[in-house]
This record gives sequence, C-alpha cells and structure tokens, in this order.
Amino acid sequence: MVELVVFYFFGAVLVISASMVVTIRNPVFAALFLVLCFFSSAAIWLLMQAEFLAIALVLVYVGAVMVLFLFVVMMLDINIARIREGFVRFLPFGVIVALLMLIAISLIVGSGYFEMKMPAAPASAVSGYSNTTELGKALFSNYLYPFEVAGVILLVAIIAAISLTMRKPRSSKAQQPSLQVKVKKGERLKVLHVKAEPKQDQGG
Amino acid sequence: MVQLSDIVVLLPEINLLIFACAILVVDTFTQDPARRITYLLSQIALLVTIGLVFFLHTGASIYVFNGTFVSDPMSSALKAMIGIYGVVIFLYSFEYLNKQDWVKGEYFVLGLFAMLGMMVLISAASMITVYLGLELLSLSLYAMVAMQRDSASASEAAMKYFVLGALASGMLLYGISILYGITGTFQLQELNQQIQMHTGQNALLVFGMIFVIVGIAFKLGAVPFHMWVPDVYEGAPTAVTLFVSSVPKIAAFAMAIRLLVNGLEPLMQDWQLILIILAVVSMAIGNITAIAQTNIKRMLAYSTIAHIGFLLLGIIAGSHLGYAASMFYVITYALMSMGAFGIIIFLSQKNFESDNLDDIKGLSDRNPWFAFIMLILMFSLSGVPPFLGFWAKWFVLKELIASGYVWVAAAAVFFSIIGAYYYLRIVKLMYFDKPERPVLAGASAQMQVVLSLNGIALLVIGMFPGLLMALCLSALL
Repeated sequence: MVELVVFYFFGAVLVISASMVVTIRNPVFAALFLVLCFFSSAAIWLLMQAEFLAIALVLVYVGAVMVLFLFVVMMLDINIARIREGFVRFLPFGVIVALLMLIAISLIVGSGYFEMKMPAAPASAVSGYSNTTELGKALFSNYLYPFEVAGVILLVAIIAAISLTMRKPRSSKAQQPSLQVKVKKGERLKVLHVKAEPKQDQGG
Repeated sequence: MVQLSDIVVLLPEINLLIFACAILVVDTFTQDPARRITYLLSQIALLVTIGLVFFLHTGASIYVFNGTFVSDPMSSALKAMIGIYGVVIFLYSFEYLNKQDWVKGEYFVLGLFAMLGMMVLISAASMITVYLGLELLSLSLYAMVAMQRDSASASEAAMKYFVLGALASGMLLYGISILYGITGTFQLQELNQQIQMHTGQNALLVFGMIFVIVGIAFKLGAVPFHMWVPDVYEGAPTAVTLFVSSVPKIAAFAMAIRLLVNGLEPLMQDWQLILIILAVVSMAIGNITAIAQTNIKRMLAYSTIAHIGFLLLGIIAGSHLGYAASMFYVITYALMSMGAFGIIIFLSQKNFESDNLDDIKGLSDRNPWFAFIMLILMFSLSGVPPFLGFWAKWFVLKELIASGYVWVAAAAVFFSIIGAYYYLRIVKLMYFDKPERPVLAGASAQMQVVLSLNGIALLVIGMFPGLLMALCLSALL
C-alpha cells in the first residue's frame, strides 16, 4: 500500500516535471525541472529494487551532467524570442504531423496486439541479493564485449570533442622554425621608393 | 563465460583498437607537420588487421562472448574488404591533406576508430552490438565531417548529419526495444527462432521492425532518409567525403543483412514490401535529381542514393543468391566511389577543390590517362559492359527477376537509363569540351599508381566477375 502511494507520488512528479521541461520558457528552469525529472525516476527505480541504477542516475546525471548543463545554459546568451519566432508559423504543420503519428500509433497499440493484462509481479528478491553485484556480474561476463565497445565509444567522444574544440593557445610566443624557414623575401622586405631631396640643413 | 579462445577470435578488432590508441599518442608527440609517421602507422595497422582476418578465417560460424560477436565467412570477407579499401582511402586522403596543407593526425585516428566500428557492426550477433558498432562508426564520422572547423559548409553538414543521425539512432533503439520486449532476447539467432514461435504477434513485430528499417535506411542513405547525404558529401572536405561514401556503405550492408536476414527473416514478406518502396523511390529521386547538379561531389551524392536503391534490390530478392548479389554490388560500388573521389582529389589543388563540372572540362587534353580512368569509372557507375558496374547490376537484376519481382527490375532498368545521362555528360565534358582554365593537376607517384590500378581493377575484375561472385557466394551460403 505504501509502495503504491510512493509510486504514484513520484510518477505524478515525474510526468509534471517532464512536461514542464518542454513547456517552460526559461531554459534555467527547464534544466532544473529536468533534474527533478531524473530524481523522481531514480526514486521509482529504487522502488523496483534497482538501487545501483537509481544511485548512478542521481550521481551521474543530477550531480554531474545537469550541473554542467546548467553552467552552459547560464553562460550562453540564449535569445528565447528568436528561438520561438517560427513557432506559430510551423504550428499547423507540426500539429498535422503529430496527429498523423498519433493515429498511426494508436491504430497499432489499440488493436489488441499489445496485451493489456498486467504481467505478474516479479518474485521479490531473496535475502542477500544485491542488485549491484548482479549488474557487475552481467556486465563483466555476459555483456563484456558490448561493455568494452561502449568504452571505446566514450574514448572516441573525447577525441572528437578535443579535436573539434582545441585551438592553439593564443598567448604562446614560441618561435616556429618551420615557418621561419619557409618565409619568403617578399613577405618581410618592403622596398620603398623615396624621392631623393636635396639636403636642407647645411647653411640653411 | 569468456575464454581465451574467445579473445583470439576478436584479435583483428583488438589489434585495430591498440593501434588506434598508440597512433593517437604518437601523433600527439610527433613534430612533423606532414604527419608521415601517423600515416605510415595507420597503414601498418590496417595491413596487420587484414593479415589477422585472413589468418583467423576458418569458414565456420563461431559465436563468442555469450553470443554477442560472430565470426563467419561474411564477416571475414567484409572485414578484409574494408581493410583493403581503407589502405587505398588513407593513401588518397594523405595526398589530399598534403595538397591542402592541412594534415591532421585525428583524421587517421578517427578513421581507424570508424573502421573498428564497422568491424563491430559486421560481426554483430546481437542487437546491442549492432547498435554500439553503429554508434562507434557514426560518432567518428560526425567528427571527421566537422574537422574542418573554419569551413561554414563543413560545420553545417556535420550539424545536419549529427542531428539526423542521432534521431535515426533513437528510432533504431526504439525498434530494438520493442523487439526485445516481445521476444525477450537481444541475440539475433534467438530472435529469429522466437519470431517463428510468436506468429500471432506479427503486427507488433512489424511495428518494431519498421523502426529498425528506419535506422538501416538512414545509415545507407535511402530515400526518404537521404537528406543528409548531399550536404555531407558537398560540405565535407573531399578526403572525408571519400571515406563516408565508400566503406561505411559496406558496413551498412552488413547491418541490413544481420538485422533483416539473420534476425528478422521470418518477417521477410513484410520487410520486402517496405524495401521495395525505399528502393524504387531512391532510384527515382537519386537519378533524376543528380541530373540537375553542377557540383560533382553533390552529383555523386545523388548517384549514391540511386545506387543504394539498387543495392536494396538484392536484399529484396530474399534469397541467398540475392544477398550475395547485393554484397557484390556494395563491394563494387565502394570501389567505384573511391575511384571517382580519387580523381577529384587528383585534380584538386591548394584551396581549390576542383569539384565543379566546369573544372573537369577538357581533361583529356591535359591528362589523357586519368581522363581515361575517369571514363572507366563513369561507364562502370552507369553500368556499361564489360565494366564491373555492369555485372553488379546484372546479378542483382537476375536474382530479382528469379524471385518474381519483374516490375521492380523494369523500374530499376528504367531509372538506370536516366542515370546514364549524367555519367556520360562527364565523359562528354572531358573529351569534347575545351578547358575553361588551365589547371595543372598533379599527384605523387604512389597516388597515380593506385588510382590507375583502381580504375583498371574495374575493367579487369569486370572481365572475370565470377571470381568476386564466388567470394560473395561463399560468404553468404
């Protein structure tokens, strides 16, 4: 009974905060609502005895990713009025596409192919069962290969980010011999033709 | 559980990963602005990988890492192809980067990581590995397209590619999650068996399958998921376009075979219908829009879209012979695409891409030999016998008609004839028009040799198409 109440509470918070992320005008508030959204989904995961995932969600997403995101949002000067410019113009088109998709999906979902009956509740864990241990075992045995590939993807993301953003430090005054050697006479030497004038300061 | 013998099967991938990481470090410390050591090490990495693939080839299907990785004849053949093409691509690219005075070590490192992603994709035996391989490949490609930071068109292309690619990945993942929800397995073979048992839930499976097809079609660049192709081809530096247009198509073909044939073969009747629409529309829009282009890179982009339509026809045939014909097609296409972009690189100069149709006018006066190579490439692309491109089309059409899709084959021939116009227009510009400006094209000796071999290969293999076809058949039977 208590579980159900907690579930519905966090479920309601999750749905409301998720829709606020999309609808609210201020991007800082939107990011903060996303934090709330993550937090309530973590609580729901906790209810499902997936404590490791719940803690990882709070630590990684709320603690690190969203804080960084907030920094970026605050640093950037986002002009909301300009972003919203096309809203009214594209609204009819968007509504039509959304309606078509809604009809198409509801035709399949509502056609009885999805079994609507409740699946049986999973057997509650035996004492001494640790979600973290099981997850670790699965990651490093059955899913070792995908896990390693995911690691490589993160490495590529780092390489890509650095290669796309790193510029040579501007303050550096180091000499570049390769450029110095390549320099041509024409780039350094400028021959000015100055008109010869008679000396003035003698006897003047 | 993972055993030592499992790791041995994975050696080509492990080798490539270690090399890529080592090259990254070496590249950071090298003082050479031409990055010769990075380039040489990258070529060695590919050669060692090819050697390992040959050495480990057994002809049997070996599933390792708890059914997430498979080594079978198709994976060995396609990995070896990617390695060989990779060597050629790096050679052309090094030439281009040197000409532009813009040699970046990251190009080779990201290229190697992209090839690692392709190998993961080719050897994927589970939907998770398909997704991860695709992401590894795509992420490297996005970064490569964006690498020319000061170019507005490259940034725009990368942005479009990235946003649309992320959307397509999301679609693919959504489809995979639906299939997993119904069958409870990620493993493609098990998925195949489960679908045969769950015949009552066909509509639901098809619902998931459609999202999976969106992911495949995006990666291949089939209409209506082709919007990124022309912009990326035109906006990216030619070296990157060369890369994007050739080997990833082989990986995308492998992805289609793994997902649609290995995993979803019981739903063949449903995906055949969808693929027919994708193929016919791709051939129509690709061939007709290409006529209006004045930029060669953009024209080749639309030609790619048309060729992808043709490639799908072999899969539509739905037989092992059809899949083999499709594999023949993608291998041939990558070879032709490499040659065509190789010629553009050959003609390019510093700060001059030489990618307009006007730039190629009168090439036969300036350089008759490479005009002849371009002539072979264009004839092959349009499907004139006896070049390899003709046989690729021939095998695909033969299997398509054998499966009873005569009207689709007729449409394919019809659009190919339309397509012949813009390929032959290039030949006309090269041989019958006067050059507008005296452009002195030049390249290093190795580039000239490999580019010549690239063109001649189309003629020589075109004389003996049975050899390549035997390879494709042994890979897929």
